[in-house]
Amino acid sequence: MNTTTAALNPAPPRLLVTSSPHIYSGLTATRVMWDVNVSLVPALAMAIYNFGARAAIVILASVLGAVVAEFLIQKFLMKKPVCISDGSAIVTGILLAFCVPAALPTWIAFVGGFIAIALGKQVYGGLGQNIFNPAHVARAFLLGSWPVYMTTWLKPAALMTPDAMTCATPLGVIKTAARDVELMKQLSESGTSLVSHVFNQLHIGFSDLFWGINFSGSLGETSKAALLLGGIFLLIRGHITWHGPIAMCATVFAGALLFGGSLEFAMFHLLTGGLIIGAVFMITDMVTSPMTSTGQLIFGFGCGALTLLIRMKGGYPEGVCYSILIMNSLVPLIDKFTVPRKFGQTKEIAA
Amino acid sequence: MGAELISIFIVAIFIENVVLSQVLGLCPFIGVSSKIDSAVGMGLAVTFVLLMASVVTWSVQNFILVPLQLEYLQTISFILIIAALVQFVEMVVKKTAPALYQSLGVFLPLITTNCAVLGISLINIKKGYNLIEATVNAGGAGLGFFFALLIMAGIRERLDISELPETMKGAPIAFVTAGLLATAFMGFSGLV
Repeated sequence: MNTTTAALNPAPPRLLVTSSPHIYSGLTATRVMWDVNVSLVPALAMAIYNFGARAAIVILASVLGAVVAEFLIQKFLMKKPVCISDGSAIVTGILLAFCVPAALPTWIAFVGGFIAIALGKQVYGGLGQNIFNPAHVARAFLLGSWPVYMTTWLKPAALMTPDAMTCATPLGVIKTAARDVELMKQLSESGTSLVSHVFNQLHIGFSDLFWGINFSGSLGETSKAALLLGGIFLLIRGHITWHGPIAMCATVFAGALLFGGSLEFAMFHLLTGGLIIGAVFMITDMVTSPMTSTGQLIFGFGCGALTLLIRMKGGYPEGVCYSILIMNSLVPLIDKFTVPRKFGQTKEIAA
Repeated sequence: MGAELISIFIVAIFIENVVLSQVLGLCPFIGVSSKIDSAVGMGLAVTFVLLMASVVTWSVQNFILVPLQLEYLQTISFILIIAALVQFVEMVVKKTAPALYQSLGVFLPLITTNCAVLGISLINIKKGYNLIEATVNAGGAGLGFFFALLIMAGIRERLDISELPETMKGAPIAFVTAGLLATAFMGFSGLV
C-alpha cells in the first residue's frame, strides 16, 4: 500500500538534474530583436527627415501588415502562442519599408509586410526556420508584382516643388547613362567620368551620398551614416560579426575598382543603393546566414559579387536584394562545406 | 562566334534556367531533390542525356525530317528518339561501365520522361541553332538544371531538421521554395 502511494505521488526532487546549458545569460530572441529595432532608429529618423510624413505612413503600413500576418497565422492557422511581442515581425516590417520607395501606396506596403511574414517566415515554421530573408522575399515579390509603383521615387522633402514630385536615383541615372551609346560617346569626348555625370545630373556629391540628403532612393537606404551607426550598435552588443558586411563591401569596392577602373566609380558603388543596409542588416541575419565565420566570408563575397554583376551588367539598377536572396539559397550548401574541425580532430580524420 | 556561344551558355544556365525560368523538368526537381547525393547523380545524368539527345534530335530534324518534309512528325519522333536513346545508353553503360551504371542507378530510366530533355531539343530547333549552338545550349541547360537541383537539395536537407508546419511538409514547401528561388533568379534577367 505504502509503496503504491509513493509511486503515484513522488516527493519533489531535492536535486534537479538537467542537461546543459546551465548558465542563463538572458540573451533571448526577444532581446536580440528589440536591440535590432533600436539599431534601426537612426535610419528611421533619417527616412522621416528626408521624406516627411509619407515615410512614417509607409513604415507603419508595412509593420502593421507584418504584425497582422504574424497574429492571424499564429493564432488561427498554427494555433500556437502568439509571439508578436518578441519584436521580430516589427523588425521585418521596418526592414521591408526601408527597401521600398516613399511614394509606394499604403496598401502595397501593407501587402508587402503581410507577404514577408506569411510567405517568407511562417510557411517555414516561424522565427528561426526560414531559408530566405523575409524582407527581401517581400521586396522581390512587390517588385515583380507592381514594378511601376516600386520604382517611382519621391523627391526628398527639402527639394520638393509642386511641379516635380519624383526624380531618379543615382543608380537609376548611372544605369540609363551606361546604356545610352550617344551619351557615353559625348562623355568620353568631353572627358567627364560617368560618376561626375550622375553627380551633375542630380546636383549631389559624395558627402550627400554618405549623409543621405538631397537625393532619392528607398526609404532607409539613403543615409549611410545612420545605417552604420545602427551597425556599430549591433556590433558592440555582439549580435552581428564583421565578417559578412566587410566581405560584401570589400568585394563590391574591389570589383568596381577593377572593372570600373577608377576610385571614384568604386566609391560611388560603395555609397549608393542598398549596399550598406544589405551588408549591415540583411546578411547579418542570424537565421539566413552561414554559421561559421569562414562561411560568412564566402557568403559576403558572393553577395557582393552578384550585386556588382547585376548593377553593372544586369537588367535592374540595383542588385542587393536579388543577390542576397540567391546567396540565402546557397547557405545550406555553404554550411555543409564549412563545418569546423572538432576540438582535437586532425585534418586526416576530418577528411 | 565565340562570344555568341558564351552568351548562349550563360543565358541557358542562369537567365533562362530550365527549371526556375522555363519551368521544365519539375518532376525530378521536386522528386529527386531531397538528398544532395542523389541530386548530384540526377543532375549529371540529365546533363549527359541532354547533350546526347540534342545532338541526335538536331541531326534527325535537319537530315531526315526537313529533307522529307516531315516536320509535323517532330514532337512524336523526338519523344521516340529520346526514349530509345536513353534505353540504349542505359544498356551500353551497363555493359561497358558497371560502376557508372551503379552510381546513376535508377535516374537514367527516369530521364526518359523528363520533359526538360524534350523541351530543350524542341527549343534548339525553334531558335534555329546550328549543331554547335544546340550542343552548347543543351550543356548550359543541363548545368543550370544541375545547379538548381543542388541548391534545392541543400535547402531541403536543412528543411528536414526544421520545424515545418504539418501542412507544409514535403511537396508543398518544396513548391513554395521553388517559387521563391525562381523569384530570386529573376535578378539575373537582362544580364546578357
